[in-house]
Amino acid sequence: MSSHRAEHTLISCEEVIAHLFAYLDNETDSERRTYIERHLEECRACFSRAEFEKALRARVSQLGDREAPATLRRRVKALLDRF
Amino acid sequence: MTGDSDRDFFRAEVERLMDRLYGTALRLTRNPADAEDLVSEAVTKAWAKLGHLADRQAFPKWLFRILTNTFVSERRRVRCETSESIIGADGEETFSLFEKLHQPFLLWWSNPEQELINALLREDLERALDRLAEEYRTVIVLVEINGHSYAEAAEILGIPIGTVRSRLSRARSTLQRALWKQAQAAGLQPDAGNKEHAHEQPSR
Repeated sequence: MSSHRAEHTLISCEEVIAHLFAYLDNETDSERRTYIERHLEECRACFSRAEFEKALRARVSQLGDREAPATLRRRVKALLDRF
Repeated sequence: MTGDSDRDFFRAEVERLMDRLYGTALRLTRNPADAEDLVSEAVTKAWAKLGHLADRQAFPKWLFRILTNTFVSERRRVRCETSESIIGADGEETFSLFEKLHQPFLLWWSNPEQELINALLREDLERALDRLAEEYRTVIVLVEINGHSYAEAAEILGIPIGTVRSRLSRARSTLQRALWKQAQAAGLQPDAGNKEHAHEQPSR
C-alpha cells in the first residue's frame, strides 16, 4: 500500500483505510465518499482491502437470517390470533 | 389501530420477517429459548404501538428497532449479569484480518483473503460474534445485521454517536482476531508469524 498521496487522488491510503468502515456503513459525507471511491478506482491495495471488508461484512449481515423454529411460529401465530 | 386491514398487514409482515426476527434475536441473546421470548415480546409490543407508525414502508426497521430496544431494556434491568461476557474488546491495537492474510507478492496467482472468506462457515462467524461482549455484539447486530445508522444505534442504546463508532471499531477488531484464531485452530492458516499470540487458547 502506498503511503503517499497520489497526484490524481485527493486522499491518501491511510485516510481511506481510516474511513473505510464508515464508508461501507454509508456514514461518510458525499464529498469524502467521492474521494474514497476515486481512490479505490486507482489504488489496487486499497481496493483489495475494501473488497475484503465488504465481503466479510456481507457474511456477518447474513447471520440475521435464521429459519425460525416451528415452536416460535406456533407461538407467534397464537399471539396474532388473539390481536 | 385494530382494523382488519391493519391486522392483515401486521400478520403478513410479521410472518414475512419471522426468520430475520429470530436470527437477530438469536444473535443478541445467544440462546434459542430467550430468542423466542424476545421475538414474542417484540411482536406484542409492536402490535400495541402500531397506531404510532405513520409510514408502513418503515415497518421492518421499526419492528427490528422494537426488538433491539426490548433486548437492551431487559439487559439494563438485569445489568448485574454483565460478567457473562466471554471476550471483551481488545485492549491492544486494532487487528486487521486482511493485513494478516494479504500477500501482495502472491497477488497474481493467489488470493488468501478471498480463500478465507470462502472457507468461513456460518458457524465460524456465529461463534466469533457470540463470543463478543454484549455491548460490542449489540452494535454489530444493529449496524451490520439490521442496517441501522450510527445515529439510530446511538439512540437505541442511549449512548453518544462517538461511542457507537468506538464500540464498532473495537468489535470489528475483536471479531477479526477471533476469526483469525479460529482459522488457525482449524488449520486454514498457519500459526507462523503470529507467535505473539501463541499463549492464547484457540476457540475450537
